Formats: sequence, structure tokens, C-alpha cells
Amino acid sequence: MANKVFHVMYDDDQKLMDAAKALVSQGIRVKEVFSPFPIHGLDPVIGVKRTRLAICSFMYACTGTALAILGTWYFMVSDWNWNIGGKPNFTWIENAPAFVPVMFEFSVFCGAHGMAITYLLRNGTLPGMPASNPDPRTTDDKFVMEITTDDNNLSASDLEAKIRATDVYELNIKDY
Amino acid sequence: MGHDKLHFEIPAKTRKWCFGLMGLGVLSAIVGGVADETHGQYWWAVLLICGFFFLAVSLGALFFYALQYAAEVAWTAQIKRVFEAMFSFIPIGLAVILVVLLAGQFHVHHIYHWMDSSVYDINSPNYDKLIADKAVFFGAFFWVRIAIYVAGFVLFARAFRKWSLQEDESPSTELHLKQYRRGALFLVYFAVFSTTIAWDVLMSIDTHWFSTMYSWYIFSGMWVTCMIFATLLIIWLKGKGYFTKVNDSHVHDMGKWMFAISMLWSYLWFCQFMLIWYSDIPEEVTYFKTRYDNYMGLMWGVFFANFAIPFYVLIARDAKRNIKFLQRVGAIIFVTHFLDIWMAVVPGTNHGHEFGHHPGFGKSLLHWGWTFGMFLGFLGLFIFIVLRTLSKAKLVPVNHPYLNESENHHI
Repeated sequence: MANKVFHVMYDDDQKLMDAAKALVSQGIRVKEVFSPFPIHGLDPVIGVKRTRLAICSFMYACTGTALAILGTWYFMVSDWNWNIGGKPNFTWIENAPAFVPVMFEFSVFCGAHGMAITYLLRNGTLPGMPASNPDPRTTDDKFVMEITTDDNNLSASDLEAKIRATDVYELNIKDY
Repeated sequence: MGHDKLHFEIPAKTRKWCFGLMGLGVLSAIVGGVADETHGQYWWAVLLICGFFFLAVSLGALFFYALQYAAEVAWTAQIKRVFEAMFSFIPIGLAVILVVLLAGQFHVHHIYHWMDSSVYDINSPNYDKLIADKAVFFGAFFWVRIAIYVAGFVLFARAFRKWSLQEDESPSTELHLKQYRRGALFLVYFAVFSTTIAWDVLMSIDTHWFSTMYSWYIFSGMWVTCMIFATLLIIWLKGKGYFTKVNDSHVHDMGKWMFAISMLWSYLWFCQFMLIWYSDIPEEVTYFKTRYDNYMGLMWGVFFANFAIPFYVLIARDAKRNIKFLQRVGAIIFVTHFLDIWMAVVPGTNHGHEFGHHPGFGKSLLHWGWTFGMFLGFLGLFIFIVLRTLSKAKLVPVNHPYLNESENHHI
């Protein structure tokens, strides 16, 4: 059987939220939602798993700290002992307080940049990447929910009837 | 409103615990008075530390309360009585500080070197030009400032409490706006006088030394200990079946405060240390020289405990929503922040000889024992005062305009 894709458009985030709750409670799986802004509390309703971006960020920041320790040790202690204001300069640990700002800044730098790049890659939204939203109006003031017959054990007409029962603004059905 | 338990009563067991702790405190004070080998200097220092520490917790509560009104915060609306109860300790904390200051003025102890009148006398061998130059600051003006603290903190706290109770009787937007304006005014007052109270009560112990970051460091300690105590109290009350509408999101937000202000404290502590250590100017470095020479392990131990434990344990979202994590981390860093105030006072008053000269392990243990005994005594008193105030009014402010928003708090 051919897969039918329903692009259900709503003109209000609350309407989409109510519709998602109603459809999910009837056992229908919502594949994806396209929205101009994050909709508070939608993720658990449509069964999106919690993001692991924070864990990535922590690991990037730890990498940054490690690199900063390596860098300060090599530049300031190992390669050439920099004597600044008579500070102890033959071991890294005795001079460590002076390196803390570097370690802090580099951790933040790596954590933030790593997180941003991971986010853009994972979502396919790096500059120049093709847009994946089905309708350009979802970047303006419309909200689209994507439901497929492949995901649901219902005939196309049954599914359509259930979708139509919600407060739909516009419904586009495509065959794949 | 649907709250089944609006009236809090102190459970008999908790009351017994509080009085038990207070008894332990009195016993420790007696043991300390007998065992002390510093002519009472260290005993008075411990009294000052305990008094200031719990005054700081209650001042933190007053500050946070005013902040909630000034910033029009909604989610804390149903837990604001907790902060009211905490700032009801302010008069007692101020009284303890006042006793220590007056005892110093009458030369019962020598915590404050500048209270010795001979340092101002140019003909005396004790003459100290650096202190004598500050004679105006340390003269009558000092006691004027103390009067401003006592009057200001007590009056602000009483007005907040009075209007809050009035609102329970008769809902009015006017009362809320009054609180809002007074809250904003208090923040201005507190910006100035939280700074000077840290100078006057703590920084002046090391009279020759000064640091512009000191008051911020003391203030962040106040704030974080207040957030810890409030979090633990709210969790305890929830466990007793109160605060049924305080949900996971409230606990999570309290955990965030605990985490964030721990980082603020660590940042300020380290910045103050690092800049002084790095520039190594004799007049600045004395403060850390004393600590390096005699308290190296304790100084870094306190810093790492107060920084690393909340950072690594509370950084994850799930940890901030986990009551057991919050309780354990909170209890540990509450005590280590007490040790932080100990580190701010004792090196300046006793210079490494607080337990007598060359104390052995047994003697150190005895002195640490009664020091913590006095801390626990004050803790018992503090908990008792807080719970007693909590039992005197409705646990949730039933007519607060943001109550509904607070009950539906979701993050």
C-alpha cells in the first residue's frame, strides 16, 4: 500500500497542542511537527525523547579544559618557562591559579561552539542546507503536523476523518 | 483553594530535636569557655561566626523575598512564607552580633584590633597610622552604621511581614504594589548596607587589609546558604504532607538557585584570591599569607567543597529534580559554608593559635567538637524560630495575586 503523508496545518500553537493530545490519545503517532517557535510542553505529548545535547556540551567543555591545561603547560612551563612577576614557573600546578581564567574561557568556548555546531548538524540547519519543512508558512505564523499512514494501523480515510475532527486550518495529503 | 493543610504545627519530635540541639549548644559554649586557651578570644570568635552565619541566612531570605517582589516573580508566590519565616530570625542574629561588638568595645576580647583606643594615640607605642587615619570611620560613625543595620533590617522585615498577613485577610492590589515598591527600595538599601555590614563585622578583623570583592563574596555566601536552607525546608514540609501544590518544577528551580549561587560564590572567592595572589602586593597579600601559612588545607578544602560538589553533582537536570541529591549536597555545603565564615574570621583573630600552642590531635578534636556544638545549637535555635513563625500564619498566602500562576508552574 502506498504511503500517504498528511500535512495538517493549524493557525495557533494551542490548537495544534490540543489536536496532538486528542490524536495521540486515540493511538495515532505524530511523526513530526514544524513550528516557527518551540511549543512549550509538546515534546512529551508526541513522544520526543529528551535531548542529549547537554551531555554533549559537558563533554566538549571537558575537552576544552583538557586542551587548556595541555596548552598552558606546553606554552608556559614546558617549552619555555615564562617568568611573569616572579611567579613560580617550573611546575604547572604551582602556577595553576593563573591558568584558571584560560581554562574557564576555553571550556566555555568549546562547550558553546561544540553545542551550537552539533545542534545545527543534527537538525540539518547549517547555513546553505536545504530546508526540510513542508510549507514555507511554518517559518511565519502557521504550524504543521506530519502524520503518515505507514506509522499508523489505519486506512487513509479513517485517519483523515480523525484528523478532520480536530481544529484544522488546512490539510494537504501527499502520496509517496 | 483546595489546600488541605494550610496551618503548620511543629511536630513534637521536631520540637524536641530543636531543644536538644539548643541544649547541646549551651553545653558546648560552657565546655568551650572552660577549654579555651586564648583568653576567650576564640570563644568570642565562634560566637561571632555562629551569629553572623545565621544572620546571613536570614538576611539572604530578606533579600530574596524583596527580589521576588521587585522582579514580579510568580513561581515563588506559594512558598514565600518560608522566606518570611527565615527572616524572622534577623533580630536574634543582630542581637548576637551586637553582644560581640559591645563585648569588644569593653575589651572583653580583642577580635577588633581597632577598638583599642591606644592605636589612635600618636604618643602611644601602640600607635598605628593606618588605623588612626580611619579614626572617623571607626569612631562614632561605626555605631551609627550598626544602628542603621539594626533599624533598617528590622523595619523592612516587619513591614513585609505585616502587609503579607494583611493580604491574607483582605485581598488588594494596592498592598501588592506596596510590597513591590518596598521590595525595590530594599534592594537599593541592601546594595549599600550588605556591603558595609561585611566590612564592619568581618573585614575589619583584618584591619590593615581591604578588598573590594570581599562584600560580594560574603553576600553570595549569604544568598547560597539561604537558598539551601529554604530548599531543605520546603522538601521537609512536602514530606510532611504540606505544600501539595509545590511540584517538581519548583524543586527544580530551587535546585537551580542552589547550583547557580554556588557558582557565583566560587567565582567571587576565586577572583578575590587569584587577583591578590597574582599581583602579590604586600598590603593586599597579608590576608592570604596568614591563611596559606596556617590553614592551607582548610582554605582549599572549603573552596573545593563549595565549588566542586554542587558543580559536578547538581549540573544535570535530573540531579536538580532529585530530592535526595538536593538534600545531601545541600547539607554538605551548608556546613562547609559555615567553615567558610570560620575561615574569614579565625585566621584574623587567632593567627593559627586558636586551639592553643601546638595542640595535639585530641585537643584539636575537642575544640572542633565544641565549635560544631555551638553551630548545632544555633542551628536548633534557627530552625525553632523559623518553624514557630511558620506556624503563626497560613502556610500559603491565599490571596497572593500570582498564586494561580505559581500553582501551575511548569518548566
